Amino acid sequence: MRKIKKSPDPKQPPMSSHDVVITGIGLVSSLGEGPDAHWRKLTQPGFQPVLEAERFAPYTIHPLPEIDWNLQIAKRGDQRQMETWQRLGTYVAGLALDDAGIKGNDELCTTMDMVVAAGGGERDEAVDAGILAASESRNDRDVLLNEKLTTELRPTLFLAQLSNLLAGNISIVHKVTGSSRTFMGEEGAGVSAVETAAARIRSGQSTHVLVGGAFQTEHSDMLLGYELAGYLHRGPWKPVWQRQGSEGGGVVTGSGGAFLVLEQREHAQSRGRKIYAELGPVVSGRARRRRGELNAEIAALLKQAHLPDGDLLTISAASGAHAATAAEKAVLDANPTLAVRAFSTLTGHMKEAQFPFAVALAALAVDRKAGYPAFDATAERQFAGVPTTVLATTVGYHQFEGLGLIKAA
Amino acid sequence: MANLRDHMGRPIVAVTGIGVVTSLGVGKADNWAALTSGKSGIHPITRFPVDQLNTRISGMVDFLPSSSKGASPLTYEMAETAAQEAVSEAGLDSGDFGGPLFLASPPVELDWADRFSLYNSDKQDIGAERLLRVARALKELDIFETTQFGSIADRLADRFGTRGLPITLSTACASGATAIQLGVEAIRRGECDKALSIGADGSATAEALIRFSLLSALSTHNDIPEKASKPFSKDRDGFVLAEGSGALVLESLEAALARGATILGIMRGCGEKADDFHRTRSKPDASPAIAAVRAALADAGVGEDEIDYVNAHGTSTPENDKMEHLSLSTVFGERIASMPISSNKSMIGHTLSAAGAVEAAFSLMTMRESVIPPTINYDNPDPAIVLDVVPNKKRNAEVSTVLSNSFGFGGQNTCLVMAREPV
Repeated sequence: MRKIKKSPDPKQPPMSSHDVVITGIGLVSSLGEGPDAHWRKLTQPGFQPVLEAERFAPYTIHPLPEIDWNLQIAKRGDQRQMETWQRLGTYVAGLALDDAGIKGNDELCTTMDMVVAAGGGERDEAVDAGILAASESRNDRDVLLNEKLTTELRPTLFLAQLSNLLAGNISIVHKVTGSSRTFMGEEGAGVSAVETAAARIRSGQSTHVLVGGAFQTEHSDMLLGYELAGYLHRGPWKPVWQRQGSEGGGVVTGSGGAFLVLEQREHAQSRGRKIYAELGPVVSGRARRRRGELNAEIAALLKQAHLPDGDLLTISAASGAHAATAAEKAVLDANPTLAVRAFSTLTGHMKEAQFPFAVALAALAVDRKAGYPAFDATAERQFAGVPTTVLATTVGYHQFEGLGLIKAA
Repeated sequence: MANLRDHMGRPIVAVTGIGVVTSLGVGKADNWAALTSGKSGIHPITRFPVDQLNTRISGMVDFLPSSSKGASPLTYEMAETAAQEAVSEAGLDSGDFGGPLFLASPPVELDWADRFSLYNSDKQDIGAERLLRVARALKELDIFETTQFGSIADRLADRFGTRGLPITLSTACASGATAIQLGVEAIRRGECDKALSIGADGSATAEALIRFSLLSALSTHNDIPEKASKPFSKDRDGFVLAEGSGALVLESLEAALARGATILGIMRGCGEKADDFHRTRSKPDASPAIAAVRAALADAGVGEDEIDYVNAHGTSTPENDKMEHLSLSTVFGERIASMPISSNKSMIGHTLSAAGAVEAAFSLMTMRESVIPPTINYDNPDPAIVLDVVPNKKRNAEVSTVLSNSFGFGGQNTCLVMAREPV
């Protein structure tokens, strides 16, 4: 029999607990780039979204704004090694690092941890279309595939498609090399990335972490990823809350990304950085939706987060997907203190970037001491106070849920 | 008296269940028997035609019901099979595991078989437009779910009753090790007292093979497949694409002992360091790999002289084996020439996202069985790489501490230190 030496106090957490603060925000969406541009547009009452309804008809999307990649990716050689998704993510990560005063600081970059929420990169649409066209007159499709792929694929395209190569490119371009992890799994990956990064800081494992994701919707495969289950909204654009019963599945996608620099409070203070907000509890879950558990799961997560009393500005990453968004609305509506703002009405759904984006908008509101006007006046009520705590929610269009509280620093 | 906390005051993490699937077979017993007899699982590709392909061999898992059904179904089946073995061995309820799930699995894409069948089910329009129109009329979710990055973990979470939002991750060829690291860290932080870490990869499709071929990463020694993977040999010419899965049940030592579980090994430490040099090549001075090894030793609280054996990444590419030698010889100094270092990949090929987990499983068995599996096909040593690779035949040896290396595209370096016994 092995004898057990009892720990001093098993209930005591093994590591000391540190506050997590947000010191850098990088944002890109159809609205523009950076926290200021987003704040300006999102606080403009009745602001109209930037839409592209022709290029992917019958689907409407929110396109990327004009971006000068050189501003964050200095080497053209690096830019050429990536497709738009990785370029976008690398660019947004650079914005966040710049904002936190970390970019170009070797010591801070080489000790910085990174958790990226990623899907996959762009395939070569022309090669794929050629193979599909040829498949109509060939029965030996596997041989056709070998013929075409061995001769037509660009060797480096594979690297532009690999999920973990967004993080890889961030390491190469911005020299973030403490550690590099890529989480996959749509919106849930973004939730887990923030949750894990925060847990690392709280436990003393990390002092500063780059966390976020990007989504490039202007590619047929990125639309196909939703449409294989009929998730995309068709017909005229409508705000997120107004899409029930419309043609299609309710999701309007957008290109964009969000990266955050999360930092241990003492670390941020010791280098004299501006703190946007404190990141409070982040909780996540996996409702078994086929068993009808989603409403109860969202309600349970709200309870776990220990919401403060009084009016609470709530930044929702609702996708518009009919079932998920109806469930989220029902649960949020049942909490009359919540003043909800669904930003995807104005940006479109950015998949893995949804939760980091929600946290960023929440942090901005806390920092600027003001809420956002309703993004959809028919469904979102007034919020007049100074938000000292803001809730950020993300309910996946198909699976996984999470939320977090962002508090005044 | 066993300490329940490590040198940094964190809960010690034990392994109480191990599962594995490779081209050598299903389960630890078959795999271990084959691995220690120097048997190779590398064989000619039969899953798809090899016309036009420079590489016509692999370590695919061709004997499961899902082997011909596409990357997602096969990855799921291998993950489930390995996890079932691990959870059963741990003596836990395989429908109500009650801890978080960390899954290392390949990035997913719509399979060509599905692309072809969707496309050819209609005649209107061309290209993506037709695919999208056909897609939105589908009544079943089966194809959709193969394209969702979180779906395999979601199904595994249902199957095993794991707790919370499962994490699916990719750190390329280091993924399996990262899945274990995430589990270890969650237990150390006190978030849970057990975790299920799985690495699984069933993505050896024609397109994957062609992509790696175009990067000149694969061996083209097709004539004698079982001789193609020859880590640390002078005539090594690339890795052999393979499939497999490894699963570990990780548990705080305290919880494992309290329920009387058998301790199969201890996860002593994990270390990582990203490389900013190049997308596929390592920094010429190997400093990131060196830093990852040192970080793992420091995290484990283990000195260089305490490592008895290295389970190498050992892919059999000219680049990896050279850099791995450089990093190990830098960390371990002169001792490296007499330390046993072997590559499981000489027999099972490179199982990509699964490799770190599969090789952690074999590292733990190496300690338990006191047998080091060999590096086979070591007939023509590379004179620039002087290592004791346990050439061609297994070796009986007492091994109490192992270092397992995993290095991947995108500058990923993750190392694990495992021990046979608690300190």
